[in-house]
Amino acid sequence: MSEIAPLIVLAGNPNSGKSALFNALTGARQKIANYPGVTVERKSGHFAFADGRPAELVDLPGSYSLDPTSPDEEVTRSVIMGLQKGERRPDAIILVLDAANLDNHLRFALEVIALGQPVVVALNMMDLAERDGLTLDPARLEQELGVPVIPTVAVRRRGLEDLSSALESRLLHEPENVEPVTPKDRDHGLSMQAKRIARLAVVSETAGRRWSERADALFLHPFAGPLILFAVLFVMFQAVFAWSEAPIGWIESASEWVAASVEANLPSGFIRDFIIEGAIGGVGSVVVFLPQILILFLFILLLEASGYMTRAAYIMDRMMASVGLSGRSFIPLLSSFACAIPGIMATRSISDSRDRLTTILVAPLMTCSARLPVYAIIIGAFIPPTRVGPGIGLQGLVLFGLYVFGIVGAMVVALVLRSTVTKGPNSGFLMEMPKYQMPLMKDILIGLWQRAWIFLRRAGTIIFAATVVLWLLLTFPKVPEDSAMSQVDYSAAGRIANVIAPIVKPVGFDRDIALALIPAMAAREVAVAALATTYAIDAPDEEAEAKSLTERLQSRWSLPTALAFLAWFVFAPQCISTIAVTRRETNGWRWPAFMVIYLFGLAYLAAGITYWTAIALGL
Amino acid sequence: MPPSTTLDLLSLRQRAEIVAIDWTAISDNEGRRLRALGIDTGVSVEKLYKGMFGMNDPIALKVGRMMIAVRKSHARAISVSPVSVTIAA
Repeated sequence: MSEIAPLIVLAGNPNSGKSALFNALTGARQKIANYPGVTVERKSGHFAFADGRPAELVDLPGSYSLDPTSPDEEVTRSVIMGLQKGERRPDAIILVLDAANLDNHLRFALEVIALGQPVVVALNMMDLAERDGLTLDPARLEQELGVPVIPTVAVRRRGLEDLSSALESRLLHEPENVEPVTPKDRDHGLSMQAKRIARLAVVSETAGRRWSERADALFLHPFAGPLILFAVLFVMFQAVFAWSEAPIGWIESASEWVAASVEANLPSGFIRDFIIEGAIGGVGSVVVFLPQILILFLFILLLEASGYMTRAAYIMDRMMASVGLSGRSFIPLLSSFACAIPGIMATRSISDSRDRLTTILVAPLMTCSARLPVYAIIIGAFIPPTRVGPGIGLQGLVLFGLYVFGIVGAMVVALVLRSTVTKGPNSGFLMEMPKYQMPLMKDILIGLWQRAWIFLRRAGTIIFAATVVLWLLLTFPKVPEDSAMSQVDYSAAGRIANVIAPIVKPVGFDRDIALALIPAMAAREVAVAALATTYAIDAPDEEAEAKSLTERLQSRWSLPTALAFLAWFVFAPQCISTIAVTRRETNGWRWPAFMVIYLFGLAYLAAGITYWTAIALGL
Repeated sequence: MPPSTTLDLLSLRQRAEIVAIDWTAISDNEGRRLRALGIDTGVSVEKLYKGMFGMNDPIALKVGRMMIAVRKSHARAISVSPVSVTIAA
């Protein structure tokens, strides 16, 4: 064996418990990256054999077949064959099979075993199979497949040691020559062979409906099903706001405390202003949204891990079909409420390319959490906290309206796209709905940690850089003492904004707003920080400087302008990361360019119509 | 024995065997995905659920021990022959 740690890959059908096994084998220290040229995630971790020798473990995307029908399956195939760019040929393959679903999962297993590489089969979720009344004979299966078969229960860490030692002995021996399956009529032949072997491996099987099916009688009920789904979504969005209040308060006090200690310990001057106004102010105003993002992801991860998400897709399919999409688009679009980036990445599971492209193009219309700070500050400043009904406040209603505006916008855009640029036959909706499962806290926490890390890295890089650059552009060049111009007007940023101002003037935006829109190209939430920075630098005296951003907005903006600003942010594609991920997912600049143009067009129109209507109504 | 029909017209909780699939009505990619999910001639299926709010679309099928969602447009291309279940005395 070579000096470098052997590469072991985990392969298997979706819903075979592959990721749970990966988490159990590697623990929380995982590395997520992308395969070069494609946006398929490469999840790797470290694993140690009983004697302490290390191995690198890679979790491959779930696949039904080596005959790929999606980018995910394509990568799985090339890695297993040793053809994937940026990946060495695996030294061994762990094939993960759902013990309760052998006749389906054996098909993929047989294809992989036929390649003749060292394979160990993990007969996973043995406990659930037993609960379903299945008794299996792993020894018989081993005999039929010609490779070691280890019964495992990943979530209870059962069978992991046996798996490790089986791998070890597999790595030491050269692979035996296995009779390859004839490629001719492979599909049908494989199915029959899989079924035959599955029948031999099952010792006894008791009939009777599984509890999972009984749960579906409720969750997929033609009337109760959709009601339950909407109740779940309602609770989810309520929780995003209700549960996040306290942690947001903690983060705010923490960043105020840091700013105060910097102020007390550093001499006044450029460096201090830079740290307080630029770094802490800018990044702090973004990091406060971490709690909301994590709560939203907590729900999404729970829904996915429990198996309910596929039911939600099933329930929504008919509705999505009416705008030319399928239930498969529901999951990416729901994720986009947290952030369009994971949403767009989740479109990889959509096998129809036109469906997938349409979903990517409308994903930025889902109200992501980065819009919340913008909405929250404007609504807080301009919409009175009056009640319009029992338990319904006007502010909440406006926020809800903005979400609905985005969703309706997305539906209309999808419909238009599907009959123009992404025109084509309606795709199908083919999806496995796995058994319900109790989500494992450890897996959920690992998932949450990965999201939090991605977000914080973004805040620490893109958002930080954007705020710093804006602060520098606003601070320099310094306005001369005897000039009548304000610092903002004199600064580099102000001069750029003065060029843009006439373009956005018809929709009610002044120079200061134009100024905020530029750095907000990096990320929407920067708009808030940008307004705060602009008004802080522009403050004529100490007293004015002490005023809150809300008070400043109230004294400088009219109501029509504020409403137009809200409407703008429903559509505006102000997020470099989304544009970048779209470029990567669509392999070129054509579609991101199209997305940016159509979204800016819609944003301009929406802001304009809102502004003109509000003026006409005398608001 | 009830006459053969297409999958979209099969009644709920009725077991049936797939006797033919009109592959020409289904795109290559989707055909492959159907087969990858275990839907092929000779396979026994059971229709478990259909649509929402009284619509007949999509359909939830039991194939082996898996539950699979398919659209009516695909179900129409799948001919099935209902299997009468004999209840043991």
